Amino acid sequence: MSNLQILQITFYGAAILLIAIGLYAVVTKRNLIKIVLGLSIMDSGVNLLFITVGYISHKTAPIFSPSVMAKYKTIHAAAQAMVDPVPQALVLTAIVIGFGVTAVALALVVRLYRHHNTTNIDEIRNLKW
Amino acid sequence: MKKAIAIILLAFIAVELFVVFYKIPFGADRMNVARFYLENSPKKLGVANAVTAIVVNFRGFDTLGEVTVLFLASTALGSILFRRREIHTRLSHLRTSVEASVIVRIAGRFLVPLIILLGAYVFIHGHLTPGGGFQGGVIIATGFLFLLLAYRKFTIEHRTITFVESLAGITFAGIGLIGIFLGKTFLENFLPAGKLNDLLSGGIIPLIYIAIGFKVAAELTGILDTVLSISIDVKQKEIESQTEKNE
Repeated sequence: MSNLQILQITFYGAAILLIAIGLYAVVTKRNLIKIVLGLSIMDSGVNLLFITVGYISHKTAPIFSPSVMAKYKTIHAAAQAMVDPVPQALVLTAIVIGFGVTAVALALVVRLYRHHNTTNIDEIRNLKW
Repeated sequence: MKKAIAIILLAFIAVELFVVFYKIPFGADRMNVARFYLENSPKKLGVANAVTAIVVNFRGFDTLGEVTVLFLASTALGSILFRRREIHTRLSHLRTSVEASVIVRIAGRFLVPLIILLGAYVFIHGHLTPGGGFQGGVIIATGFLFLLLAYRKFTIEHRTITFVESLAGITFAGIGLIGIFLGKTFLENFLPAGKLNDLLSGGIIPLIYIAIGFKVAAELTGILDTVLSISIDVKQKEIESQTEKNE
């Protein structure tokens, strides 16, 4: 097994494990705060998956810093030695959106707690029909 | 039983997902549009950090939407958690009944200016180093969180936060509109690109990232203040139940 394959299994495995753990929490847990935590963990897993898909072997971060320019001389040569920056930019957006989702979900949990005095979804009867 | 079914189902989903992703060639170069971004962000824009160039310039409209989502989240949080303060107790202006320890309070005096300086550094250098407006804004908000946790009398003026947030938002949209007035597209660069890796390079990108930094810092500070105000409600409930018991 090559190094690259080990890297691939580790990163995809970790990302998918995080997604599965998050989904497990969302499906089985009864506490609303734990469900929100599960959503947040799923978010991290998806972000890791994105970054892993954008990885290109033996290439560096997409920043044209002075040291990178000194090593590769021209912009074209430096650009050839860099990983895909688009997934990283998308993940930057996804992290911010994930933060917003978590914040609003937790605020809704607080609101439900004020109304029902519990965060257990089994005890909140209005959620059932 | 329920949990076992859930675990089996999730294991099935995870294995299927893994098999699908395992078939994608790992570490292979499959850039199309990214190649254009990588070549043009230093050449045309003079921006060293290609991710910043994509977030603020090539996909700047997307970022405007992202900032709007963050604004919407902070507004929604305020409106969901809003509660008219009818009960004014003796301690209602204090967040907690216990003062933070001496170590926290003294450390706050030294650390908070440094935290805010670090945040400002991160968003001013967003086009040169990893980081940018969002990250710098979050760091500044942690400084304000420190103040809120360390000093229970410290309050955040919501009018100031709204003012900073609106000003930053108007700056972002206004810079975009100037591009249209100069006969270019929305959010297109109209300033000289400058030399690669200079602080004053990248045209409008540092300006927009500074505006985003202020906006994110103001929004997150507002969110933290709103969330911390819940503890006031909880404390008031405790005081109410205490007085009920006494009566």
